Amino acid sequence: MLIRVSPQHPIKPSEITPESVHADRRQFLARMGLAGAGLALAGCSDAKPPLPSGSAAAGPEAALPALDVKKKTEMAGNEKLTPYDDVTRYNNYYEFGTDKADPARNAGTLRTRPWTVAIDGECDAPGQLDLDTLIKPHALEERIYRLRCVEAWSMVIPWVGFPLADLLKRFKPNSRAKFVQFFSLADAAQMPMIKRGVLPYPYREGLRIDEAMHPLAFMVVGLYGKVLPNQNGAPIRLMTPWKYGFKSAKSIARIRFTETQPETTWNAIGAAEYGFYGNVNPEVDHPRWSQASERRLGELFRKPTLPFNGYPEVAPLYAGMDLRRYY
Amino acid sequence: MSPAARLWLARALVWIGAATPLALLIERTLNGRLGANPIEFLERDLGDWSLRFLLLSLVLTPLRSLSGWTWPLRLRRTVGLWAYAYICLHFAVYIVFDLNILEPARALAQLAEDLVKRLYITVGFAAWLFLLPLAITSTDGWQRRLKRKWKTLHRLIYPAAVLGVLHYVWLVKKDLREPLLYAAILAVLLLWRWPWPKVRGAILRARPTPTAPASDQTLR
Repeated sequence: MLIRVSPQHPIKPSEITPESVHADRRQFLARMGLAGAGLALAGCSDAKPPLPSGSAAAGPEAALPALDVKKKTEMAGNEKLTPYDDVTRYNNYYEFGTDKADPARNAGTLRTRPWTVAIDGECDAPGQLDLDTLIKPHALEERIYRLRCVEAWSMVIPWVGFPLADLLKRFKPNSRAKFVQFFSLADAAQMPMIKRGVLPYPYREGLRIDEAMHPLAFMVVGLYGKVLPNQNGAPIRLMTPWKYGFKSAKSIARIRFTETQPETTWNAIGAAEYGFYGNVNPEVDHPRWSQASERRLGELFRKPTLPFNGYPEVAPLYAGMDLRRYY
Repeated sequence: MSPAARLWLARALVWIGAATPLALLIERTLNGRLGANPIEFLERDLGDWSLRFLLLSLVLTPLRSLSGWTWPLRLRRTVGLWAYAYICLHFAVYIVFDLNILEPARALAQLAEDLVKRLYITVGFAAWLFLLPLAITSTDGWQRRLKRKWKTLHRLIYPAAVLGVLHYVWLVKKDLREPLLYAAILAVLLLWRWPWPKVRGAILRARPTPTAPASDQTLR
């Protein structure tokens, strides 16, 4: 629990520049005509510029409400956290565009309330739950996990959420529930890039039931102590830190228990490059690039990738399996 | 304006145009505006400009035949060398940061592995290699010394451009629109050079008669 002690200095809250104005300072300077040649020249390059840190372009998330976090666990070997601006401005979320900066620009159209999640398939207590009803029984905790993308970059992120197993048990999966499938929202009205059809939508992901019930599998509703920004998969997403990022479906609208291995998006369009398991494995290269090392955002040089992304506790799930075949 | 002055001006414009993306990139680097993944940003931006200038160098010959102007041909060397400069910088970022130049022995082993196992790196490296003799022999002296062989040698630009575009197509995860745009432009530029005189002749005859002022004719 966090105990707030009032600071001794004499600055009253009313004197502090509001966050929105502070975040808007570059635009403010530009309007004052002080930005000069830098901005004028910037228009000459048609390389897509990353959003400048602290700019108002991604402003709305600065005002995201804080979450009531009951417990904090460091689970990334005390590695340095990736700054909030990088976590929220460098995203893969193709429903909002394929450039890393696109989701932060475009995800403002996503409506995260009202939001319902449908739970169906091989379970005794299926249902359609309003998001708040879905989250309410769970105490929110913070977990710092490494995130390793299949594209060989990585981050360290303090997620807020609750164990996936606790959620799934509420719907009483039956004995035929061998897998869990996750469906992301696919609404062309809210997600402008769906029409481009780069991927088949809705985005689908899946886990074996024992993977889903593993204590590391996490349902995420926030990061850095605040509500999840849209571009990071609001209002609710999966996080399986020992798997490549594509396994962790965003903006989940449906959860289905299945008896057979469900279809998953990247596996369906490129089985040679993206397996159903998607476990982080430095020994098994992507056909076009190496997975032996990764670029940790914020560091200049690449670093070695760890088996299961440094979470060896999941290894028993795959005892006896040929991980070169089941990648 | 004298033809010499005009050519000087055209070259100056090419230099300014070609140096601007690099200047902007340096400005971004110095001000920490390269985004969350700065190395990737440098590699992508330098790679993009490499391909753009490479394609631009291939536009100049068709431009000359379509327009009747001669000045585009005089700019090919400058544009081509700028393309090569961007390719070298792109390659340098890969060597310094992706391979980690601080550990040269391991970097060398990694380079060898990348060249053998990763096809997009193989073709990218091949493109750089193909263009190396072109950059070296780009001077007037080499042009004189090699005589007719110079022209044959410099046809290496065609396979190099194909490999460069292939390098881009193969590294993209899924969204192929941009690399395929480069591929389409390259295809048009290469097809133009295909020996089908009838088709090309028809296009050239169909264009409006050149109305260039006399001074342009003397610009050689």
